[in-house]
Order: sequence, then C-alpha cells, then structure tokens
Amino acid sequence: MTNNPSDSTFQANDAGSPAIELRNVSYQLPDGRALLRNLNISVTSGETLVLLGRSGAGKSTALKLINRMLELSAGTILIDGKSTLDWDPIELRRHIGYVIQEIGLFPHYTVEQNISLVPRLERWPADRIRARVTELMKLVGLDTGEFLHRFPHQLSGGQRQRVGIARALAADPPILLMDEPFGALDPLTRGELQREFQQLEQLIHKTIVLVTHHVGEALLLGTRIGVMDAGVLVGIYSPKEFLTATEPVAAAYVANLRMYQRAEVKP
Amino acid sequence: MTDLLQFFSRHHREILQGTLEHIWLVGIAMLLAVGVGVPLGIVVAKRPWLSKPILGGANIAETIPSLALFGFLLPVPWLGGRADRLAITALALYALLPIIRNTSAGIAHVDSAVRDAARGMGMTERQILLQVELPLSFSTILAGIRIATVLTIGIATIAAAVGAGGLGEFIFRGLAMVNNQLILAGAIPAALLALGADFLLSLLERRFRPVRT
Repeated sequence: MTNNPSDSTFQANDAGSPAIELRNVSYQLPDGRALLRNLNISVTSGETLVLLGRSGAGKSTALKLINRMLELSAGTILIDGKSTLDWDPIELRRHIGYVIQEIGLFPHYTVEQNISLVPRLERWPADRIRARVTELMKLVGLDTGEFLHRFPHQLSGGQRQRVGIARALAADPPILLMDEPFGALDPLTRGELQREFQQLEQLIHKTIVLVTHHVGEALLLGTRIGVMDAGVLVGIYSPKEFLTATEPVAAAYVANLRMYQRAEVKP
Repeated sequence: MTDLLQFFSRHHREILQGTLEHIWLVGIAMLLAVGVGVPLGIVVAKRPWLSKPILGGANIAETIPSLALFGFLLPVPWLGGRADRLAITALALYALLPIIRNTSAGIAHVDSAVRDAARGMGMTERQILLQVELPLSFSTILAGIRIATVLTIGIATIAAAVGAGGLGEFIFRGLAMVNNQLILAGAIPAALLALGADFLLSLLERRFRPVRT
C-alpha cells in the first residue's frame, strides 16, 4: 500500500458531502394549494440545519417529505445520494430518527418498550436492546430504576420528550428529523432540554434537521438557519449572518429577539 | 312467588337445558359476528370509500324486525334447512353493526400523533395495526362486543319461533298457554344471562381501557 495523498482528499470531501439534498422540491395538496414551492436545500453530513418560520410556512411539510410521510409533488430529495423514491420507505424511516412536538409515545408501552421500539423492529438480541435502553436513558437523564417501567401518562412533559428523543436515537440513525421537539414544554424545561441536547455527544456526528418557530432555539442549536415563509425558503444563514440579515422575515425574527432583550434591561 | 320457585325447582332440568341452548346459540353467533365484524370494522377505518356500503348493509340488517329477518332467511337453501343455522345467522347479522362501528371508531380515535410517530419510526402498516391501533382500541371493540352480546341474548329468545330452541321456547309456550310462570321461566334466565354477560364483559373492558396521556 502506498500512501496516496488523494485518499485523504477524498475522505475530507466525503465528510462534507450532503446527507440530505432537496432539489426543486414542491408539494401541493390534492386541492391544488401549494404548501412548498421550489425548495433547494443541501444539508451537509454532521450539521444541524434549523428551519425557522411561522406556523404554516411549510417547515413540517419539508420534514415529512424527507422521510416520505408525504410524497413529493415535484422535484427530488436525495438521502445519502439516493433519491427517496428509490429507498424502501420503511428502510428509509429506520435510517432517519423522527421526533415530533406531540411526542407520540405509545400510551400502552412502558418507557423501556417505547425506547426499544426500533431495535425490536430490527430484531436486535434482547441483551443488546437492554444495554442500549440503559445507555440511552442515562444519555437523556432518566434514572432507569425509577422510570424504566413507567407508562407515558406517569411522566411529566419534559420527561416524555426525553423518552421521545431516546426513542428516536435508539437504533443510532445517522439522520435526525425534529419537528418542534421542545415546543410543548414550559420555557424553563425547554431551556434545560435545549442545553442538554446541545451537549449530547451522540449527536455530534448526526445530520439534524430541526424545525422551530423559536428564534432563540434556532440560534442555540443551528449550524445554519433556513428561514421559511409561505412555502418558500427566503434565506439560509449561519447564526452570525442571521443576526445581521436584511431579508424582511429574518430581520423580523431578529427584531423580535431584540425586543425581549430590551425588555430584560428595563428598570 | 313460592309458586314460581316451586315451578322453577320442578322444571330445573328443562330450564337448564334451555339456558344451555340459549348460550350455545348466542355464543356461536357472537363468534361469527366478531370474526366477521372486527375485520370489517378495520376495513371501514382504513378504506373510507368502503365504509358507506359496509355500514349501510349492517344498518339495514339492524333495522329489519327480528321475526321478519328469521322469515327472510327461511328460503335461503343451506340456512333454511336447519333451525339452528338459521337462527345463528340471523343473530350474527344483528350483532354485526355494533361490532363494526366500535372497531372502526376505536381505530379512528387513536391519537394521530401516535400514528405519525409509529409511521415515522418505520413501522409497516401491518405493524401499526397489530401493535398500536388494535391494542389501543381494544376496550372500544370490547364495548361493541358487550353491547352486541346483550342485544343478541334478548333477540335469541325469538329464535324459538323458528324452532331453534333456547329460552324463547318457554316464553312462546307460556304466551300460547297464557301461563305466566312459563313465560318467566324463559324471561328470568334470559335477563340474568344478559346481566351476567354485561358484567363480565365490562370487567374485561375496564381491564384493557387505555390510559390517555
């Protein structure tokens, strides 16, 4: 084996390749109403792209097109270079973790059964599943002794969302889609979870698309922020660029943020 | 009152026999109705365009007066030949509607976030049905089976009119002979059966009631 310098070039190139690519993506309802128009986004492997926008801007629709909960009206979505239409939808979704605001824990399953859902579908051996559940509960800060056999209705909102995140991470999917994951929580719990989430080491190498209408969350968690309005991507920025963006919707979000900052310093 | 008790103890063998026949008729009819009704309920929930014909058909069966339904089925070749077949078929038809309706309602009321999460996790439609939707609608389905059972125990007394036996025998004979004791010998066990079935099935239903978050 010769030490070929082109190897490392190739490696670096590969790490920066898009994990998710949306090309000219449109989605319209059967009645013809367009929810997404001509969306072009490339999400680099390992980054956290935040989609920020009002309710109805098309953010959740974009996520659901990525894991094929909805079918494209036009355009192409590539996951790891392969069109979603060429993926088996079940296989595609197992490759992508999914967290939603309503969490959607199974009320008839315990915490353990909820978290181990995908590993069980994938028929992992029982001891591996048990070890993974313990690992994940530790990761999201839930004591196994106390919570393993509880049902969702016996948990607080924050605890439920922790279980929801653990469930999405269970089979270690390389991609994670998060639809308002902290949206239903009170501000303090929301902040705690955001901070913990930001520090989760298991997430560092994951490609994450996170949808929110919370500008603070976008700045805290995003490596890039895509601003959406009425089904169109109106701009895409690094957090730093975002703060000085002149595009009206982005600027409105920044103004909104500043309004709260000013309110804080009033005597 | 003492007369009635004496009558019951004198005829306890026949009454027991009639009760067992009654349970048999209702039991087989319910097995059929559940076997057909639950799958139809799933179809109604999953394929909206089939819900009108299926629910419509079951509704029509429900509105035909029971005596007339027995009459209608009489000329049907395989059914008309034996009274018990005829009675069981008619009873099963009556039991269908509540079972179909509760099954489809139970599935339709599963929290859409739970269904979304299940799909998003990569569960197949079959896995979602068997592991999520049916377990979560189990108590609603049981409620439908309970309503249908109680209804069927009552209607099964009319099966005696076509000679299928059961507790209706006493009632019809009592009516013909203007003998209240004989009527009660059919009516009281039938009422007790209905109450007992209602109680047992409601226990089961409560056992499986999902906790809403």
